[in-house]
Amino acid sequence: MITDAAPIVTARVGHDDSHTLEGYLATGGYEGLRRALELGRDQVRAEVDAASLLGRGGAGFPAGRKWSMLGRADVTYLVVNGDESEPATFKDHLLVERDPHQVIEGATIAAYALGVAQAFVFCRGEFALGLERLTAAVNEAYAHGALGRSIFGSDFSLDLVIHPGAGAYICGEETALLESLEGKRGFPRIKPPYFPAAIGLYGAPTVVNNVETVSNLPWIVRHGGAAFAALGTGSSTGTRLFALSGHVRRPGWYELEMSKVTFRDLIFDPSLGGGLAEGRSLKAFIPGGVSAPWFGPEQLDLGLDQEAVGKAGSMLGSGSVVVMDDSTCVLRAAWRITRFFHRESCGQCTPCREGGGWLEKILRRLEEGGGREEDLDLLMDACDNIAPGVSWPPQQTTICVLGPSIPSSIASAVRMFRDELLLHVKEGGCPLRGAR
Amino acid sequence: MSETAVGGAGASAEEAPTVSVTIDGVAVSARPGELVIEAAERAGVFVPRFCYHPRMDPVGVCRMCLVEISGPRGFSLQPSCYVRVADGQEVRTSSEKARKAQEGVLEFLLVNHPLDCPVCDKGGECPLQDQALTHGPGDTRFVEEKRHWAKPIEISPLVYLDRERCIQCSRCTRFADEVAGEALIDFAFRGDAIEVATFPSRPFSSYFSGNTVQICPVGALTAAPYRFASRPWDLEQVETTCTSCAVGCRIVAQSSAGKLVRYLGVDADPVNQSWLCDRGRYGFEANGEGRVSSPSRRKGEGHEAIRWPEALRQVAGALQAAAAAGEGRVGVLGGARLTNEDAYAWAKLARTVLRTDHVDAQLDDGLPAATVLGLPRATIDEAVHARLVVTLAGDLREELPVLYLRLRRALAHDGLAVLECSSVPQALSAEGATRVGYLPGEVARLVGALTGDAEPGEVPGADRSGVVTARRMLAAAAAGGATRGEGVVVVLGRPNLAEPAVGYAEAAALLHAALPGARFLPALRRGNVHGALEMGLAPGVLPGRVGLEEGRAWYESAWGNLPGATGRGARELLEAAAAGELDVLVLLGADPLADLPDPDLARRALEGVGSVVAVASHWDASSSAAQLVLPAAAADERSGSTTNLEGRVTRVAQKVVPPGTAWPAWTIAVALAAEMGDDLGFDNLETLSAEIERVAPSQRGIDLDVLGRPAHRDGLVAPIAAVGVRVGRRGPRLIDPIATPGIASVEEQGAPLVVGDAVALGGQPAGIAGAGPTGSRPPLLGPPASSVPATAPRLDAYSLRLVVGRTLYDRGTLVAASPSLAPLRPEATVRVHPSVLERLGVRDGEPVRVTGPGGAVELAASADEAVARDLAVATARLGTGERPGIESLVAGEGPIDVRLETI
Ligand SMILES: Cc1cc2nc3c(=O)[nH]c(=O)nc-3n(C[C@H](O)[C@H](O)[C@H](O)COP(=O)(O)O)c2cc1C
Ligand code: SF4
Ligand code: SF4
Ligand code: SF4
Ligand code: FES
Repeated sequence: MITDAAPIVTARVGHDDSHTLEGYLATGGYEGLRRALELGRDQVRAEVDAASLLGRGGAGFPAGRKWSMLGRADVTYLVVNGDESEPATFKDHLLVERDPHQVIEGATIAAYALGVAQAFVFCRGEFALGLERLTAAVNEAYAHGALGRSIFGSDFSLDLVIHPGAGAYICGEETALLESLEGKRGFPRIKPPYFPAAIGLYGAPTVVNNVETVSNLPWIVRHGGAAFAALGTGSSTGTRLFALSGHVRRPGWYELEMSKVTFRDLIFDPSLGGGLAEGRSLKAFIPGGVSAPWFGPEQLDLGLDQEAVGKAGSMLGSGSVVVMDDSTCVLRAAWRITRFFHRESCGQCTPCREGGGWLEKILRRLEEGGGREEDLDLLMDACDNIAPGVSWPPQQTTICVLGPSIPSSIASAVRMFRDELLLHVKEGGCPLRGAR
Repeated sequence: MSETAVGGAGASAEEAPTVSVTIDGVAVSARPGELVIEAAERAGVFVPRFCYHPRMDPVGVCRMCLVEISGPRGFSLQPSCYVRVADGQEVRTSSEKARKAQEGVLEFLLVNHPLDCPVCDKGGECPLQDQALTHGPGDTRFVEEKRHWAKPIEISPLVYLDRERCIQCSRCTRFADEVAGEALIDFAFRGDAIEVATFPSRPFSSYFSGNTVQICPVGALTAAPYRFASRPWDLEQVETTCTSCAVGCRIVAQSSAGKLVRYLGVDADPVNQSWLCDRGRYGFEANGEGRVSSPSRRKGEGHEAIRWPEALRQVAGALQAAAAAGEGRVGVLGGARLTNEDAYAWAKLARTVLRTDHVDAQLDDGLPAATVLGLPRATIDEAVHARLVVTLAGDLREELPVLYLRLRRALAHDGLAVLECSSVPQALSAEGATRVGYLPGEVARLVGALTGDAEPGEVPGADRSGVVTARRMLAAAAAGGATRGEGVVVVLGRPNLAEPAVGYAEAAALLHAALPGARFLPALRRGNVHGALEMGLAPGVLPGRVGLEEGRAWYESAWGNLPGATGRGARELLEAAAAGELDVLVLLGADPLADLPDPDLARRALEGVGSVVAVASHWDASSSAAQLVLPAAAADERSGSTTNLEGRVTRVAQKVVPPGTAWPAWTIAVALAAEMGDDLGFDNLETLSAEIERVAPSQRGIDLDVLGRPAHRDGLVAPIAAVGVRVGRRGPRLIDPIATPGIASVEEQGAPLVVGDAVALGGQPAGIAGAGPTGSRPPLLGPPASSVPATAPRLDAYSLRLVVGRTLYDRGTLVAASPSLAPLRPEATVRVHPSVLERLGVRDGEPVRVTGPGGAVELAASADEAVARDLAVATARLGTGERPGIESLVAGEGPIDVRLETI
């Protein structure tokens, strides 16, 4: 059953001119900001707390709590994370391209609530149209008085800078992002002590929030935190934008009320994923981006709920759901994902830098027919040396969680499909070659 | 020297550790803020590591040091090089989980590591090999193809990089950025394609590049001069001191098959903290080139070898005749390359046998000995912890590289306040030091303006606001201590050879008068110049910082008769030689033809004097012009002690035998005295060293025996009574156990001799045999009085005032004789403001003629915004035989004004 909750962050995307100031203003744009300025800082924060808005960037940390951790300092910064570079994740792309003013308005509300005078949007460099529209929108917002000095005549001023990323996935990790913003190599920083809220951009306390996270703010301010919290259940409130891909008839983005919708709904409901191709059955799906452990058909009835998915051993993560039908070679899938992490490792920590490459080579060898039976144990043991225990959430031997994300797909493939992997060894190659 | 004379408690002045942690089940007291890896190490638990280096900030990237550390949520694997101790913390370094993680990381490191060990310079002393054995899985599971890269690539003339061997620990890149301040190498690309790289068209040409090779934990970085030179198990080594400059870095000198092959920096906490400059590191190559290997006599255009007895007879004959002709007929020039013992022996020979006080270890290129010896002395540690450091010296990066490194780190990393007074911006101001300028010749005026009570007047070459800022900085720092100026350290040198030294002496006197609490680090740069001055190789100065007159009674009872009058310094001495007033000129390793700022005077002196005797290790311009040449042992070929710019005395040790029949200079002095029928009173190093301790007042308590104790490897600062009290706790040597096992093995620490016990030193020296001189010990030289600062002549509108500075790699003998260093010498240029070149219609790089009172030279012009519009800046000792260097324009006292013309 699909709930009839109205969309929050994608309300405008059906309109052709949703990215223009005119279109934005015609659909209630910047009213959240005006309202926020009336409410005052404390009240805005109270609304965001009441909304119990979880971060939409992957870790799912409550935005209100993050804001209250911001250390006291003369200079603080807000950084909006729009680096979205993970395979199968394409929700922020949509928001930046179709509703850039909403990102700006959300950022401005956050900045106002935080008392920040300088904000940045770190936007994936490959979003050519998105960057164009976002930049145009920033210019429009300045002209409109929604950015810059004395916003809408208030005593609040904000400068917002768009920073295009240079093509590294790791720069989506918030501390690598800050390094990159500072003009350095995108090396994640060690935490502790370099939590952005404590020692962030240029050493000053900084809040990093995802594009989707801030895009919710105009609505929350306009309708109140309680209205947002009324959607979803438990800690998973509001709606979430899911990116559905893989072997479904209707891949794409879907904004859904949290918790109330199940993975089965998302994948099979005719108004959503529309099910698999004729004659295909579900083999596995990834519930929250390629760093997440996989689920099998048994988990289809789980709700799109952060806590429930966590308890079941994976995560909602970046909100991308990848569906694999029975024609999928899971070894190849794990290899492709591992290859991605191997190429995107920043190279600082030994386990991630070397482990990723080694695992990728083993997987490829298995896929190409050079596998040995002991390779399965070797895979698991090498994974164990990156994330001891190979459990979820992972234990970390590295500076950031890119490294410990590598084992997710490998361990899923080995644990869920051991026989299929052994068949690769026995048959000297992929048993599903013909099926594709 | 017995223990009791200087022993006692006091070194335990270390603060009591206050954090208690449990490491592998054993309770350990740790210092607050200490890293877990350090606390473990002090408790005898070695945690494997690669990226951690005790002298750099931790980064926690290699993950080799993972251990289990307890926290609010139980135990977790954390990098022990990054986590700091906390009260009640529990650490498991070799639990099953920790060991698995360590083995895992080591296995990962080997995944792409080539099997190069048999052909790798690091093989046998390689932390990766060693830790693969101690903390690795013991077996390989890797069957894939390894990563391949072209190898090795030359990232500078001195350093090669083999990217296949690199384990990405970032020690080298961090050193370059964090310690040297020149991020010329950094990582490029990412993941396992990451590589250390230079920037396009900018080689890794750093004065400090060799340190990256020393700290690289694998054979990825190798030093061109050492590549394939030896295997670690063929190396013999001894700990000694670098004498390439006056910083006196502690090193290990290593030889293979009787040949020096490598220097490694030792972590002497008060001095070099494990770092070296490349000139020091590779300068030993000079030992093998252009040596004087037997006594020689001039014959025609060249020299013929003669035997020692014949040589001694001839030299003694000439000296005896000169001494017989009266007092002051012999001049003795040089001594900065000698050991303290050599210098003392020659100082004694000169005064008592040669009957002369015309001795000078400097070549008119330094500062008056009375200024250097008389001012209250600072240590390097005091400088880096000072309230304010004022530099009034040449560019320290060029002249005293590791002193620069320590000051830079304190400035850039620890917030040290530095005021650079310089005519031309130097490296420290480029790193953030506040700078105030002055026109050459006006330094005393500048210091007057900075310290005077009255509102400062105009200082030529300084902008007003700069003077005001500097004055404010100095006043604020000076007011901080009990005595005015306490906590201020002045680095005082001779930045410009075309400017009179007396200005700097006056500046120092003014500073001392205004800030009696301030201390000074004399920035004379030549090897053991400080030891030579300390040992009396300066006119009017007797060994142990004593004036000729003040010390006369004491020394006459110790030595016998002394010359009646104060002798002449280098310039006057050479002028006397040129005028035919000297019979013999003895050159103690000095090369005035190349090194005197006024080479024409040197030439006239060598021609005008009766005969020239060179006690020389190398055939340089001057020894080649001498009538008689006696071969002297060079560094690493003799033992003894040396003194650095702090007055710190350390032992130098012999590692290899001198070439041919070369002798240590002190034995030459003894033999000459004997040949002349005299006896210097010592015939071995021990009795010589004991005599210095007994006789030379500043050297009380310091002899080779004391210096040889393990606890005194970092030396003792003379006079020890004055220093021990000031410098409380001395940090322990921080050892990088994975750098080079050789270094770790010389590190067993002995009980420290406590040098702060002034009372014990006040009495008669105990334990040293032999009668002391009679009478009371003479006082040490005090600070010279200040005089009214002289004003320099005005600069006319068509002229540029000349600055002649120095560069690390010049045409000095040591660099010229080092095959690795000689090619690094820069082009000789004259740097001027671009507007000067515009006016002349000359383009950057084109030659110009520089004309001064002493002549004209042609140099390539170089446009430099940093040079003031009224200055011309050039570097000494870059000329060649055919193209004389800028120093040929230096004549008389200066300052010197020059004109630039097109050619
Ligand atoms: C390897 C890696 C990549 C990441 N990429 C992104 C990204 O592209 N966009 C994003 O918002 N968060 C990304 N994150 C999460 C951020 O570090 C951070 O948690 C997030 O931006 C916080 O925003 P939120 O609290 O609003 O979710 C990434 C994390 C890791 C470890
Ligand atoms: S885990 Fe990987 S991506 Fe993250 S800091 Fe370490 S090497 Fe870089
Ligand atoms: S070259 Fe050596 S020091 Fe530099 S990162 Fe590689 S292994 Fe470390
Ligand atoms: S700074 Fe001086 S003493 Fe130190 S290594 Fe260099 S030359 Fe030798
Ligand atoms: S991470 Fe601790 S030594 Fe490298």
